[in-house]
Amino acid sequence: MKVLVPIKRVIDYNVKVRVKADNSGVDLANVKMAMNPFCEIAVEEAVRLKEKGVVTEIVAVSIGPKAAQEQLRTAMALGADRSILVETDEEIQPLGIAKALKAIVEEEKPEMVILGKQAIDDDNNQTGQMLAALTGMPQGTFASEVNVEEGKVKVTREIDGGLQTVELKLPAVVTTDLRLNEPRYASLPNIMKAKKKPLDVKTPADLGVDMTPRVTIEKVETPAERKAGVMVGSVDELVEKLKNEAKVI
Amino acid sequence: MSVLVYAEHDNATLNKVTLSVLAAAKEIGGDITVLVAGKGCGAVAEEAAKAEGVSKVLCADNDAYEHQLAENIAELVAEVGADYKHILAAATTTGKNFAPRVAALLDVAQISEISDVVDGDTFRRPIYAGNAIATVKCADEKKVITVRGTSFDGVAAEGGSASVENLDVVKDSGLSSFVNEELAKSDRPELTSAEIVISGGRGMGNGDNFEILYKVADKLGAAVGASRAAVDAGFVPNDMQVGQTGKIVAPNLYMAVGISGAIQHLAGMKDSKVIVAINKDEEAPIFQVADYGLVADLFEAVPELDSKL
Repeated sequence: MKVLVPIKRVIDYNVKVRVKADNSGVDLANVKMAMNPFCEIAVEEAVRLKEKGVVTEIVAVSIGPKAAQEQLRTAMALGADRSILVETDEEIQPLGIAKALKAIVEEEKPEMVILGKQAIDDDNNQTGQMLAALTGMPQGTFASEVNVEEGKVKVTREIDGGLQTVELKLPAVVTTDLRLNEPRYASLPNIMKAKKKPLDVKTPADLGVDMTPRVTIEKVETPAERKAGVMVGSVDELVEKLKNEAKVI
Repeated sequence: MSVLVYAEHDNATLNKVTLSVLAAAKEIGGDITVLVAGKGCGAVAEEAAKAEGVSKVLCADNDAYEHQLAENIAELVAEVGADYKHILAAATTTGKNFAPRVAALLDVAQISEISDVVDGDTFRRPIYAGNAIATVKCADEKKVITVRGTSFDGVAAEGGSASVENLDVVKDSGLSSFVNEELAKSDRPELTSAEIVISGGRGMGNGDNFEILYKVADKLGAAVGASRAAVDAGFVPNDMQVGQTGKIVAPNLYMAVGISGAIQHLAGMKDSKVIVAINKDEEAPIFQVADYGLVADLFEAVPELDSKL
């Protein structure tokens, strides 16, 4: 089966973000960028399914600036067979992204779409669910285990109360949670090979989709800092402070 | 102007987080209707009818809604939501699962995990793991929103007397089915609504060592949480994870034990009123957000704490 893996270029998860002085957003100039960690897990899952012989072709796709080609090359170094960039420098939001992905799904006809449950920049957690709705596919969100069977997939989901397993008819959308797998690192030979794998570039106009943002960001602020606390020297002092100063126990 | 609030429940009782979503609905303003979808969920509808500020409860009681499958719930909410300007759900794994699906069916944006209502079109929400707060304005006619429960003080659970109307709308996509569930069973309070939370990290060493935290938790009536590192290492199950992609908590007292304080963990607990950190590494970033820090070996400090409570 063919699997589509949408990925996103985001700020590296180790970078401490700074809000711009004019409150227009977060400063991304000269900041290290990387593949969203949940997307790495999605690529890894697709690659493992291919290694098991369940998947025959992995197509990575990203929607964003030209520089997102770097992340697509990474996905191909990890095992994706080819990739598609829907190139745009405009601000993009989940509904628009889901519409673009729907157009790709209609062209590629994958039996499964595996993507990260959320991106660590805007923390939206929407795109997979929206794509599922637009394409009429069932969804297995926040997956910690994926088992493909004939014509269906069983997905174990991390939910607030524990774990829930659902069975979905294929084609289906799966979004990844942290415990699904531990992504591998790309080897140097695979990084070299990835440079020769096909990478198609399209535009939103090619797909005929309207990606106009529906939400405007009025301002972005730094959250209130917590006041500096005190160090206590002993458990006795801690208990005393919690009882008499903070009055929380 | 009217607001539809989706009730979070387990078919038996209304989850307290719904009271917080109702508080957000109240700030938006207008008539509030609560939708209860489930199986055998009549008691939940009765409970919702008593909540402060609710004008009407719609109860969709059907097999198709028993396990909150997103495919069925989204179709139901999109249809019922046609009459409402705002559709609100809790930013729980249930709400996050179906709400974007509703928004896409209605061809509108979804606004995730709001922490503040500015007005009916404008909301504040944390981004970048809470390291920035965005004020966002939505131009769509209809707004589909998930609400961060810990950011809103819940409305009163009692005092209201809304009418309950049964809804005979059955949406069964046939695309997905429930297989099974492994739910954590605990006599301790639920993490997201507990007054006191005590969490362990990688420093706990293994799952058995969490026993020392459970002892303290039971003395304080606290819930027990964990950092991602502790969950990834298999010490404790995923439902205990506090952080950017786990649970968001804001108790009166949060005790971080053997947790270094990665930004992803801080995102889940830094709105707690009082934070205590116990860690043997005095350089641990957790101390920068702690009101009270104790540099100590947790295996000595926690049993001592237990003996002194």
